[in-house]
Amino acid sequence: MRVAALLKRALFAALWFMFLTLPFLAVELNPGQPAVVWRGRNLLLVGVAAFIVFGAGGLLSRRWRRRREAGFVQASGPSLAAHPLACRVALIVLSLSALIFPLVFSSYQVTIMTTALIYVVLGLGLNIVVGLAGLLDLGYVAFYAVGAYSYALLHRHFGLGFWAALPVGAGLAALFGVLLGFPVLRLRGDYLAIVTLGFGEIIRLVLENWNDFSNGPSGIANIPKPGLFGLHLSLADEQRYLYYLVLVLALVTVLVVNRLRDSRIGRAWVALREDELACQVMGIDKTRTKLSAFALGATWAGMAGVLFAAKTSFINPASFTFLESAVILAIVVLGGLGSTVGVIIGALVFSLLPEYLRAFASYRMLIFGAVMVGVMVFRPQGIMGVRRRSYRGVAGGGDE
Amino acid sequence: MTYFLELFFSGLTRGSIYALIALGYTMVYGSIGLINFAHGEIYMIGAFTALIAASVLSGWGLNPVLVLVLSALAAMIWAAAYGVTVERIAYRPLRQAPRLSPLISAIGMSMVLQNFVLLAQTPDFVPFPSLIPKFAFLAPYRDILGSSGLVILVTTAVAMLLLIFLIKGTKLGCAMRAVAQDKEMALLLGIDVDRVISATFAIGSVLAGLGGVLIASHIGQINFAIGFLAGIKAFTAAVLGGVGSVPGAVLGGLILGWTESFATGYVSSDYEDVFAFVLLVLILIFRPSGLLGRRVNRKV
Amino acid sequence: MSSGEPLLKVQDLGMDFGGLKAVRGLDLEVRAGEIVALIGPNGAGKTTFFNCLTGIYPPSAGEIVLNRPGQPPRRLNGLKPNRITECGLARTFQNIRLFPEMTVIENVMIGCHCRHRAGILGAILRPSAVRREERIIVEGSYRILAELGLAELADLAAKNLPYGLQRYLEIGRALATEPVILLLDEPAAGLNITETAALDACILRLREQRGLAIVLIEHDMRLVMRLSDRIYVMDHGELIASGAPAEIRANPAVIAAYLGEDDAA
Repeated sequence: MRVAALLKRALFAALWFMFLTLPFLAVELNPGQPAVVWRGRNLLLVGVAAFIVFGAGGLLSRRWRRRREAGFVQASGPSLAAHPLACRVALIVLSLSALIFPLVFSSYQVTIMTTALIYVVLGLGLNIVVGLAGLLDLGYVAFYAVGAYSYALLHRHFGLGFWAALPVGAGLAALFGVLLGFPVLRLRGDYLAIVTLGFGEIIRLVLENWNDFSNGPSGIANIPKPGLFGLHLSLADEQRYLYYLVLVLALVTVLVVNRLRDSRIGRAWVALREDELACQVMGIDKTRTKLSAFALGATWAGMAGVLFAAKTSFINPASFTFLESAVILAIVVLGGLGSTVGVIIGALVFSLLPEYLRAFASYRMLIFGAVMVGVMVFRPQGIMGVRRRSYRGVAGGGDE
Repeated sequence: MTYFLELFFSGLTRGSIYALIALGYTMVYGSIGLINFAHGEIYMIGAFTALIAASVLSGWGLNPVLVLVLSALAAMIWAAAYGVTVERIAYRPLRQAPRLSPLISAIGMSMVLQNFVLLAQTPDFVPFPSLIPKFAFLAPYRDILGSSGLVILVTTAVAMLLLIFLIKGTKLGCAMRAVAQDKEMALLLGIDVDRVISATFAIGSVLAGLGGVLIASHIGQINFAIGFLAGIKAFTAAVLGGVGSVPGAVLGGLILGWTESFATGYVSSDYEDVFAFVLLVLILIFRPSGLLGRRVNRKV
Repeated sequence: MSSGEPLLKVQDLGMDFGGLKAVRGLDLEVRAGEIVALIGPNGAGKTTFFNCLTGIYPPSAGEIVLNRPGQPPRRLNGLKPNRITECGLARTFQNIRLFPEMTVIENVMIGCHCRHRAGILGAILRPSAVRREERIIVEGSYRILAELGLAELADLAAKNLPYGLQRYLEIGRALATEPVILLLDEPAAGLNITETAALDACILRLREQRGLAIVLIEHDMRLVMRLSDRIYVMDHGELIASGAPAEIRANPAVIAAYLGEDDAA
């Protein structure tokens, strides 16, 4: 009887999804003649897939519920973050393998890994804003653009080098973070999301249309790579050098973000996320706390932007669309809002998988989106989960 | 003067479509207190469904007007189906979750829908057949208002009147208002809250789908990404008028339409899309409750 | 106890919400070490008064002045909530508002926030001064938790704490801000008789050990009569009576507005 109900549900789901996808999958628009091509087989595939997914899903959720009722599974699901030692070991192994990576792999692989590490920095930076402070920033890529364009423009007009541009780019991005932060202080979650999205788009549209300033859609080329004490490096060595720079930045980011999270400021961010009003009444300056989150998140995006410009040596506004913000957000969400190790894994998974599974590349964004939905519905704490820290050791025996 | 009138009517047609989509935002916000980030995608789905239906039906040699009507109908049906599905997958399981969760899942949903259409159909812009007949009586005024503009104005007006009747005059509308005010109480009174929320999504999506057909036949080409901008602009319209207010959405849509039209006509067309964003940011900063929205006091 | 200026002086306080006068012409005084109760029927404006006092609403009229011994008088109206907390007012909420995902001790540590200064650079570089400050925060928080019997539960997420203990944690969080006046909004709501008795003792102990002045909004009349030195009665946004518990008990206006209904029921 139960199984019959399950089958009925799965069948209904299959029919429903066949109906939904009917116009898009069964018909193909054809520029020539005839105007449409029928491809009914796709529909059948959708039906079978939906039937299997919903059937299996129903079975699993039934078993899971039974086990939960019997007390086997905790409602919130296990948290990998509950094993600090495992996390630490994972971090060390990751860092070591990152260190020897360019010595072992080709320069093509090194470039890919550099991109992945830039995403790690971006993810960790956004994690401050979204994961800790709970401010959904959909225009994060704007600060990335500020960093990249700072370097590109400063180099073009004033001949500034990478090392001078790095702090300037970071500072400018932080400034933009504060500039954006000020007006949106009063806004609630979803409105904040939209305003930041709008802000990001405004920056991109300005870059695209203000030709005199940014050279418009054609972008800026010939951005130099960072030098190493005036040494002349081969192309492959230049890439390796850049890789190590990004790696150092990523490690510094990890260190800083972890320290911030466990600090007085970090606690204030989390409290702000949990209950803004109670937070103020407990003596926390909402304005300063929010602005510091925006500014710090933006700083990392700015630095990542400078590195990105150095890496690609060519930038244009097309690199800074909303999609890019969405990818970074997906990384943070998958990793677990607030979890450092999770975000690192998320960034590596999201930027490396499409590179190594070419067949999967065109489905990249589709899968990112599905992952965002899936994580929120089934595992809101992300792959790692977040463990609040214990302070028993810090008290110095005060509680014994 | 002609130029002014042209801009006036182009703003009006644009604005009334924004209003159609904005109504979906407003209704959903009213019922679950969340901004449906995937709403722009529903509009895109509507436009694409109409295009595909029109291609199929034209291939069968039907009369263009009949094709238009049938494909608009298909657009509304599929838009509604997608809207309900989005609610079922991305919103319903998260009704008790922290506010950030449904927002993120909706953004994910919108990425899924965009890329689904991209992969299933095409990443390029595709021409939308001009199905709206050229009205002879409009010929003298061609510079000011085209046939498609007239059709858009009439259709949106009718759709809005129907919507107002639905909300004010039917049992479903009454249940929708009840759910909007107090979900738990509505549940206690025997209203099937899940079903009412589904219906709200369906109605909002029907309007978005209709908007999709109208704009597609007006502009003449669509692609998978049109939902993003349209969504933001319609959202701007909804916020401008006051999220949760039906007349507000209409007013907001018209104001935004005129702003864009006059600003691109008299100031600069380079920054066409920037105007909407700037308006949005300004409104949210200075009057987040919108023009017709009520200010809400914080309850402690 | 009645010598000199009162610690907190509220004069002619008013709060309008677009025509609705939630509080009107309220005068109130709190002296050092005193327990003052604010009672009145639901909707009388008691919580609104707390919200004005703590800066959540800017009052539409009147004066709120804090007069800490050894410090110049401080006008509180118009200040932001966090500034008022820094001045020495702390509160709890009627419907508990802890930080649910944070642990018990972190909730208290948030209360310590305004008494310390470590900034972003300090957090990143972690010099010894910052580490020392962090240790002081943790130790102080543990001390407060121990005082309230919550030390064992320090690492539990606040949302997993039983209801009654959540009320204590809210008090602990408020204490961590090092207040001179503690504002308790219906601390006994939802507690059973045993728990209320324990709360009684706890409130008295806070006064004894910390010399706190306490203002409490409460519906439990037995608790109010037992604890308070003075009682203010509000109805429809106005003060209708004030005085010692015995006087209030005998006041006909109060009986009519409030206790009368209660007795008849």
